[in-house]
Amino acid sequence: MTHITVTVDGVKYVDQVEPRLLLVHYLREVIGKTGTPIGCDTSNCGACTVLMDGQSVKSCSVLAVQADGSDVTTIEGLANGELHPVQRAFHEEHALQCGYCTPGMIMATTDLLRDNPHPTEEEIRDGLEGNLCRCTGYENIVRAVKRAAEAGVTQ
Amino acid sequence: MTATVDAPTAELGKARLRKEDAKLLTGQTNWTDNIKLTGMLHLAFLRSPYAHAKITRVDVSGALGQPGVIAAFSGADFAAEQGSLPCAWPVTPDIVIPPHPPMAVDEVRYVGEAVAVVVARDRYAAADALASIDVDYEPLPPVLDIRTALDPGSPKVHEAGNKSYEWVFANGDVDAAFSDAPVVLERTYRQQRLIPCAMEPRAVVAQWVGDEVTLWSATQIPHVLRFALSAFFGIPEQNVRVIAPDVGGGFGSKLQVTAEEVLAVLIGRKIGKPVKWAETRTEGNLTVHHGRDQWQQIKIAAEADGRIRGLSVDLLADMGAYLMLVTPGVPLLGAFMFPAIYKMDAYSFKCTGVFSTKMPTDAYRGAGRPEATFAIERIMDELAAELGIEPLELRERNWIKHEEFPYTTICGLTYDSGNYEAATAKARELFDYDGLRAEQRLRNERGDKVRLGIGISTFTEMCGLAPSRVLGSLSYGAGGWEHAAIRMLPTGKVEVVTGSSAHGQGHETAWSQIVADQLGVPFEDIRVLHGDTQVSPKGMDTYGSRSLAVGGLALVSACDKVVAKAKIIAAAMLEASADDLEFSAGRFSVRGDPEASKTIQEVALATFAAHALPEGVEPSLDSDATYDPDNFSFPHGTHLCATEVDTETGFVHIRSYVAVDDVGVVVNPLIVEGQVHGGIAQGIAQALYEEGVYDEAGNLVTTTLADYLVPSAADLPSYRTERTTTPASNRLGVKGVGEAGTIASTPAVVNAIVDALRPLGVQDVTMPCTPERVWRAIQAAHGQPAQGQPAQGSEQSGGMA
Repeated sequence: MTHITVTVDGVKYVDQVEPRLLLVHYLREVIGKTGTPIGCDTSNCGACTVLMDGQSVKSCSVLAVQADGSDVTTIEGLANGELHPVQRAFHEEHALQCGYCTPGMIMATTDLLRDNPHPTEEEIRDGLEGNLCRCTGYENIVRAVKRAAEAGVTQ
Repeated sequence: MTATVDAPTAELGKARLRKEDAKLLTGQTNWTDNIKLTGMLHLAFLRSPYAHAKITRVDVSGALGQPGVIAAFSGADFAAEQGSLPCAWPVTPDIVIPPHPPMAVDEVRYVGEAVAVVVARDRYAAADALASIDVDYEPLPPVLDIRTALDPGSPKVHEAGNKSYEWVFANGDVDAAFSDAPVVLERTYRQQRLIPCAMEPRAVVAQWVGDEVTLWSATQIPHVLRFALSAFFGIPEQNVRVIAPDVGGGFGSKLQVTAEEVLAVLIGRKIGKPVKWAETRTEGNLTVHHGRDQWQQIKIAAEADGRIRGLSVDLLADMGAYLMLVTPGVPLLGAFMFPAIYKMDAYSFKCTGVFSTKMPTDAYRGAGRPEATFAIERIMDELAAELGIEPLELRERNWIKHEEFPYTTICGLTYDSGNYEAATAKARELFDYDGLRAEQRLRNERGDKVRLGIGISTFTEMCGLAPSRVLGSLSYGAGGWEHAAIRMLPTGKVEVVTGSSAHGQGHETAWSQIVADQLGVPFEDIRVLHGDTQVSPKGMDTYGSRSLAVGGLALVSACDKVVAKAKIIAAAMLEASADDLEFSAGRFSVRGDPEASKTIQEVALATFAAHALPEGVEPSLDSDATYDPDNFSFPHGTHLCATEVDTETGFVHIRSYVAVDDVGVVVNPLIVEGQVHGGIAQGIAQALYEEGVYDEAGNLVTTTLADYLVPSAADLPSYRTERTTTPASNRLGVKGVGEAGTIASTPAVVNAIVDALRPLGVQDVTMPCTPERVWRAIQAAHGQPAQGQPAQGSEQSGGMA
């Protein structure tokens, strides 16, 4: 077992974990952050995307021990009293149906907009290539990202 | 007190933002895999690595000493109690329905079939211990191609042979239609095997308390599942509770009674502790039922002017290794859809269901109708090319005119409403059809290396499953009704209970809109409950675009009863005769005396108090209704797709996509548009990207999302969607929209590809139309005349008869 200290959504957690434990399982099973779901086992779908020290990562492809000392933001920590502009844009553009891909899609979008605050449609589509959605056909997700960009998301 | 709230304006047609979103956007969801119960144990299944083999020995003892392991079982341990997974649709009297034990006991018939299970304290320990189980197999030959599976020398999947059933339908004089027809075309189309890939993998939790069991499952069908656990596995129905918590998509794949659900219940009973199983995506691709997988032979006879005389269809449908819940019925849902929107004198249909050593097929978005629509829309384009008639013109010559509705088709279905002219005219204009045709001509004349193709799909479908009497006539094992209940709370708020179990469709929002209009209460005051058989005890669940066209109508009937009850009590409150009251926008008023009125909320409070109710009136406004539709509904539309096809690389780029859909009256345009978008994407995915592939040994090659190409945002175009509206003949005028996009888009895309390449002699490209396949089709056709030349990947014959 390995000792780790991870800050998740503003709370510091100190745990002993198996070195092979995936970050997504740490989040879900150890500290109860079930807002981050698992959609595949080959890091293709992106449903488990979180921000680690500000960068989007697929938390199924990171070991919990690699997150030692890091600051992790999940979908549960994104809203600050009210919905984050990306969350609001997804709501307003009906960019989710079953909602399973939504946490990862929103986290990936926040990272995309930080890198490129005013993406073109093509840049949005390419930027979210690592996140799969089976319900929306992506049309409204693209619209939501544009709307969030217009709202000036920079964090 | 809510009695003073202003009556809301009409909700039907409002683009309400969804009530469901708040928790989904913030991660406060309750997926089945989130559930943690005290003492809960985890399951991991050992699965067959062979497509077909005898099991000669299973030794689970090695797993028992492993860290964290509580128990391990093989199929023999369940032999006395596991029974057989049900098939609810014995389509013919002599259908072969082989036994389907949830866990294989002595023979496995597809890769991925469960052969043993480990029960452990966490999922890592359970997965680790699988390696310590010994299984000896004696391999048997696999059966992988249903085109040869019926040959006398073929290995057998089951002792009874490889044929499950043959189902036929015919109407009109087919021989006469074909015998002296000026044109007869025959084509064979391949509907490749698809893997549904809902984003949420399946998950199950089972908990026994005494003789009562609660099963949480990522399912579309909590009610059907409860019935099945009772009827087929001997658990008294009153002791079974099934909960579908938040469910992350289904597309038909969660319309199933699965081995893992049944085994979790049985293991939970054996162990006396709650158990959980959450599948990996790889397990899901292997063992969630697959879709499509048909060979379609379609033959059309026409006059020289393009008028269709007759149609004949002969299907081979891959059942996979077993018949699951509705496996054999899926192709028959398409049987009535091959004639589509077209008039003809004669039609014959035959489907042969064939076993293979692959994962069983079953319902996948559209279930039978996408297959049928693909074949008819593809051959309409071929007929147009054969006759030199512009393909939209050919369709118009044959389709049912708007003034001919209601129209009884050659299949005996009565299409209640539609206007194909209007949808097509709108689509043509949005698409700039004439402009694109002009550009296409120019580019063909120039011999451009990137060709432009225009694909058409003037589709219809049957949804709103289904009139129970029709299901009965097709030997289906259940009815097609839906249930709803309305509870008027004392404070004037409303609880709506629906038997239609949503998993992304937005019922909470749309149902609130319907009830708001019917009862005249604010949208915000309504809460919709579903997905738990203890909360919603009665239902037929969600599939076949049935929720609105059946479940929505049940809501209206239940609301009628609430209003009827409230009217009697309101009359007493107003000291008027109930006959003199009218109800509008949530208010009962005395005719001719608008000052004398009571809101439905005031009536609800008075009913709760029950101090002064008329003699014999019960103190409740609560009502329920079970609605059985008297017809299917028939959404239709015109989808147009423009593709740019690179003749040197075979790469297909969708340049524009226009969809004009007529889904009847729209409750929420935002939700409808979203359904159309997602449906189009899934149909494009079949046309261009997805295929479940087994190798020559019967191993599934496409077990991951790296191999099975669910498209990303970068792979799909933007869609332009519009609507026309011809109301359906039900009280809301609604038709349903869940599957329309998927049914329409696949032929639109493939027609566009073939249209681009037809000047090069290409007549077909087998799906998925990958760059390699497109390139090979071009090479195969190179230098050949434009007509009568088979292209790679499909067998064709035809020409002027």
